[in-house]
Amino acid sequence: MTKYWRSLDELNDPVAFKKSEIRLEVDAKRAVAQKAAGSSRRDFLKTFGFSVAAAAVVASCKRPVDKAIPYLVKPEEVTPGVANYYASSYFEGNEYCSVLVKVRDGRPIKIEGNDLSSVSQRGTSARVQASVLNLYDDARFKTPLKRGEATTWEEVDDYIGKKLAQLNQDNKKVVLLTSSIISPSTKKVIQQFQERYPVVEWLPYDAVSAAGILKANELSFGAAFIPDYRFEKAKVIVGFGADFLGTWLSSVEYIKGYSAGRRVLEKGDVMNRHYQFETGMTVTGSNADVRFPVKPSEEKTILTALYYQLLQAKGSMTVMAPASPVDINGLAEDLLANEGQSLVVSGSNDVHTQLIVNAINQLLGNYGNTVLTGRTLNTHQGIDADFETFISELKNKTVAGVLCWGVNPVYNHPKGSELKDLIAGVELSLSFSDRKDETTAACHWVCPEPHYLESWNDAEPKSGMFSLAQPTISKLFDSRQVQESLLKWAGEETPNYYEFVKKHWSEELSKLQNTNTDARIFWNDTLQKGVFEPGNASPELTYSEAGLGEALSALSESNGWEVVLYESVGLKDGSSGNNPWLQELPDPVAKISWDNFAAVPVKWAEENGLQNESVITINGVELPVFIQPGQAAGTISVALGYGREVAGKVGDGVGTNMYPFVSVENGARKFWVAGADVQTTAKTFELALSQTHHSMEGRPIVRETNFSDWQIDPRSGNELKEEHEKHDVSLYPAPEFKGHHWGMAVDLSSCIGCSNCAISCQAENNVQVIGKEEVRNRRIMHWIRIDRYFSNNPENPEVYHQPVMCQHCDNAPCENVCPVSATPHSDEGLNQMAYNRCVGTKYCVNNCPYKVRRFNWFEYVKNDAFDFNSNSELGRMVLNPDVTVRSRGVVEKCSFCVQRIQEKKTAARVAGRKVEDGEIQPACVQSCPADALVFGDLNDPNSKISKYFKNERNYHLLEELHTLPSVGYLTKVRNKKS
Amino acid sequence: MYNSKVRGKLIEGDKSLGQISQEILAPIHRKKPPLWWYAALLVSLSMFGFGLYAKYVTISTGIGTWGVNNSIAWGWAIINFVWWIGIGHAGTAFSIFLLILRQKWRTAINRAAEAMTVVAVFCASLFPLLHMGRPWLFFWIFPYPNTRGPLWVNFNSPLFWDFVAISAYLLISASFWYFGMVPDFATIRDTAKSKVKKAVYGFFSFGWTGSSKEWLRFEGLSFVLGGIAAVLVVSVHSIVSTDFAVSVKPGWHTTIFPPYFVVGAIFSGFAMVLTLVITMRGLYKMNDFITDSHVDAVCRILIFISLIMGTAYVTEVFMAWYSANDYEFSLFFRTRLFGEYAFQFWAMFIANAVIPQLFWFKAVRRRMWVVFIISIIINIGMWFERFNIVVTSLSRDYLPSAWASYSPTWVEIAFFTGTIGMFITGVLLFFRYIPMIAISELKSVAKFDKPNNGQLKSTGHE
Repeated sequence: MTKYWRSLDELNDPVAFKKSEIRLEVDAKRAVAQKAAGSSRRDFLKTFGFSVAAAAVVASCKRPVDKAIPYLVKPEEVTPGVANYYASSYFEGNEYCSVLVKVRDGRPIKIEGNDLSSVSQRGTSARVQASVLNLYDDARFKTPLKRGEATTWEEVDDYIGKKLAQLNQDNKKVVLLTSSIISPSTKKVIQQFQERYPVVEWLPYDAVSAAGILKANELSFGAAFIPDYRFEKAKVIVGFGADFLGTWLSSVEYIKGYSAGRRVLEKGDVMNRHYQFETGMTVTGSNADVRFPVKPSEEKTILTALYYQLLQAKGSMTVMAPASPVDINGLAEDLLANEGQSLVVSGSNDVHTQLIVNAINQLLGNYGNTVLTGRTLNTHQGIDADFETFISELKNKTVAGVLCWGVNPVYNHPKGSELKDLIAGVELSLSFSDRKDETTAACHWVCPEPHYLESWNDAEPKSGMFSLAQPTISKLFDSRQVQESLLKWAGEETPNYYEFVKKHWSEELSKLQNTNTDARIFWNDTLQKGVFEPGNASPELTYSEAGLGEALSALSESNGWEVVLYESVGLKDGSSGNNPWLQELPDPVAKISWDNFAAVPVKWAEENGLQNESVITINGVELPVFIQPGQAAGTISVALGYGREVAGKVGDGVGTNMYPFVSVENGARKFWVAGADVQTTAKTFELALSQTHHSMEGRPIVRETNFSDWQIDPRSGNELKEEHEKHDVSLYPAPEFKGHHWGMAVDLSSCIGCSNCAISCQAENNVQVIGKEEVRNRRIMHWIRIDRYFSNNPENPEVYHQPVMCQHCDNAPCENVCPVSATPHSDEGLNQMAYNRCVGTKYCVNNCPYKVRRFNWFEYVKNDAFDFNSNSELGRMVLNPDVTVRSRGVVEKCSFCVQRIQEKKTAARVAGRKVEDGEIQPACVQSCPADALVFGDLNDPNSKISKYFKNERNYHLLEELHTLPSVGYLTKVRNKKS
Repeated sequence: MYNSKVRGKLIEGDKSLGQISQEILAPIHRKKPPLWWYAALLVSLSMFGFGLYAKYVTISTGIGTWGVNNSIAWGWAIINFVWWIGIGHAGTAFSIFLLILRQKWRTAINRAAEAMTVVAVFCASLFPLLHMGRPWLFFWIFPYPNTRGPLWVNFNSPLFWDFVAISAYLLISASFWYFGMVPDFATIRDTAKSKVKKAVYGFFSFGWTGSSKEWLRFEGLSFVLGGIAAVLVVSVHSIVSTDFAVSVKPGWHTTIFPPYFVVGAIFSGFAMVLTLVITMRGLYKMNDFITDSHVDAVCRILIFISLIMGTAYVTEVFMAWYSANDYEFSLFFRTRLFGEYAFQFWAMFIANAVIPQLFWFKAVRRRMWVVFIISIIINIGMWFERFNIVVTSLSRDYLPSAWASYSPTWVEIAFFTGTIGMFITGVLLFFRYIPMIAISELKSVAKFDKPNNGQLKSTGHE
């Protein structure tokens, strides 16, 4: 039989071949079947597996999508992750400060002090620090508005241009109502504007004016100016109701001078003596060596008595002097012993009072020494009488147009409600405000100006001291600089204020110097430095006794309650009412945030059974009570700046507006009320106190001494330290730090309690705002708090300010109790906090003897329950990208600004050098106006911090607990008469 | 019946062994529990539900909803934690110490006491968990190799010791309790008529047959677990006390704390045992097993512990003065004894050190309602003790600037109410599904029908 075969395989093993053939057939059939069915069990499993995996991946690993767009062409200056600093100038609410603006990735996030400025000298105030947040305020206008509706600049220019021309033609008066203007270029712009429209009258208006000083100097010197006070040269400083360390005139500058005159570190250092006559307890009064609580009506009597007493002592005159209500013999003695080295200042707006102050300064030979008339302070220009005239003109309808710029008289003028209707009634009412306010709400047109960090400008805060302001971010909204608007309406086609300023500087100011012959180099150089101080002061003016006789004979009378209205350190005149940082800043003396309150005398409160949070009425206005030790009998102090109605989500309705209590007397606004009707009520009102206990309980928390004792023994007041060091034994080896060992020193004698550090820290470290209710619950987040204690007589106590931040203990009680090791110690002596690792047992919070640890009780960011800056995209732009934003449930605390330490260490390593002493400055240290804080490496024997630590005055807080803090405190030295 | 000269009869009413089983198992074999049981369950479950809502609020919003703050970071949660742990102490302490001391009368009470322990420790463990800022990361305090570095726990932290001590205690006391129940479950299985019950109790009885070999193993296991538990009873509350004693706070940093806490815990636990067994007697007519002399014995123990508590309180106050430490002195004399928290201090002192001294009087010990009320007062007093420790020390520590006050919010109160509801629910379920008295052990004291007088003389307290 012929054997047929199809392949060699079949020939060799026909059985196997058959099997494989069948298998092929089956496979083929299966494939057909599969095709028909669409999918197999295997496919199903594959698909199922993939879908589950994909679903799991998609569902569980979804991250928020962040758009990061790389630069197509990278700007020369911007390196992502590296901060740039630009010099600029802050001028708001009559306060000037030369600043450095820290810009990260195109966003200004922090204000630092500019050490090149001889005005602010690297210092800032809490308001200056917080100003960066105003840039990211939700209440800012996004576009120009016409009767509340968004409009375009074209329409604005079209209408306003025509309207101004028409008013000009009809010879109807238009008032340009501005805050004090210290910018030379702006003045030139206004001049140009007025030239085009001669009907325009320029009227500077200050919420809290210095009209008294201006007027008095006009009489005494023939010119309305504020002199240059040199606190650093004064051995005896006498303040009459002038809060010069808090809010008065150029406080940062004064703090610098004041604390420089009080710093006693080495043998031979001298200390000024500070007398303060005041009504309520201000920051200034709390630092005085001798403080007299007096009624505001008594100030002039005391000054008169003092003047006569000095005259008498000099033998030039014998008159029956009016009796002073307080004993001023010691003061007169001190003043006479320091002629030419003393300084008398008064915060009164009464011309007579200021004339007597001038006379005393003249008598003591202070002019030319501690008070310079050749250099003026330009920050307050408003003459109150002029504004009163303006109001009557408004009433007479002689004013047809009002252009408001940087002013808010509807809120901060006693006749505000009247003004609201008057302004709304004029033909052309326009506001240049960059954000909501009461006056803007009354105006028909809003032409928003950019924030100062978006603007070009220049400034001459003191005569001959110039500075520049430059934009640090492109305009966030459709705003236009007021100068450009004015120039546009004055007829310039394409106004450019930058060019205008530059031109002014090259043409005018470059002449004042001869270092840079090229105007462009001069411009660039100044822009980089921020300041230009040619330093040529005008000659001193001659004093005349004009008006003095009348001033001395005019008697001030008063009966009943006297209510003093003061500017609070946080909010000052109230223009930053929508700034949550400032609203939450505890008052340096009362430690109350989120409200103003009636500070009442202790004795009266006791007699009437009042407690903190009781409610009283003053002339029918209800106010919560804070029992203020040191409040003069028969007086009450209440802060201005609260009770905003149109400020934004944060500021609306916080506190009570006290401006309606201001009266106008002799053409000047008077910031106190005589004969007020004060009634107690049964009501209560909750206040947010961040500190409720005010005594040190006899514990050695703030150690103090007197200057005379310090001169004999610098260790005086600090005897306990030696005692504690004797007991310094431990079973454990002493901690060792081989590289750096960071430490901080706080000079309690220099610290005046201004709270600049608290806000500086808040800006640097993304510290969240928590609101009134939570502050009241004692959950404030500030990483550095300023403890304030009172001692001795509650009627006129001694006051202590003590900044307390994490002490970075080398034997830290918080570290060993954390179950998850979330707070370890670094090998540079830092107590670190690993937020990621924290599970929130809060054991460390409990075990910290200094109570500096802060717990995130809620999610404070992106939470409608905490509707502050961190609840909006815009507000969150202020966050520092170098610092983690903490989530709910973790503990946080001061890190000594570890991000700054790392930054400088890296920079030093890259440059191949060691970190220099003073190079690293935590946020609180950098801008401290009193230079009370020192930071550095304790391992470097030559560093400033090492010297402070070796100082006899140095001690550690609660050193008896052997926590080995890296923060040292220097005893508080007062300069009482022995 | 078993009888001793000192204790008298341990079981009243001349019961046969069968009767004992029958009477104790009656509540389990009933078709339906009595109406009051449903009513009580409804109330306790609604309390539990209220607590659940509070927990929901806590987890979803944050512990900001509590009254604690940056000065007083621990509040009701930790007070209640220590309080519950203290109560949870008694069951095991009761069983173990009386076992070691060969106190046979414990047999009528130990089951209930152990049940109470387990439920109370569960209640307690909720507090440290939810008082965390981020409770979802609680597992970070487990020391296990992990992918986070690996990051280990901080072995120096008392909170870690706490976690270890409590979880060990919970495990051991639950096992001790459960294994003790195995023979009783078998009894239920054997006597139950319903198939479901037979199956369920059969499952839990591990196929117990009651052979000699099983009894041998059973006894062995009891002793091993008992031995471990005896150590844990002392360690767990000593360690809880280190949460405070290891800190630097005035009023916390004292060496008296470990013994003081252990004794205090036993005190509160015994008081809670009294509350519970008097309730059992009243509701289930268990007077024959839990006799007046049982209650009497517990009361006598309480007199003694109360004296120790009083001594501890006085010692603390004395040391605060004698140490010449200003911070301690100020805390005790200006805050606790006389000051903002004087009420809590004196409430604690009177309830724990004074009122239990009434037990010296037989008339008091024999009146169940009086004993019941005093047991409740002790429980409240012990709560105030924990309040005193946790809150006062934190509210008045070193820097007066940080001094603050504390009051709880509704969330904390609801959370606590919830755990009470949980506890009562647990007890009710225990009444219904588990023999309230250890039948097998009870039978051991019922085995001598006619006691040998000579033997009794020699062992005295048996």
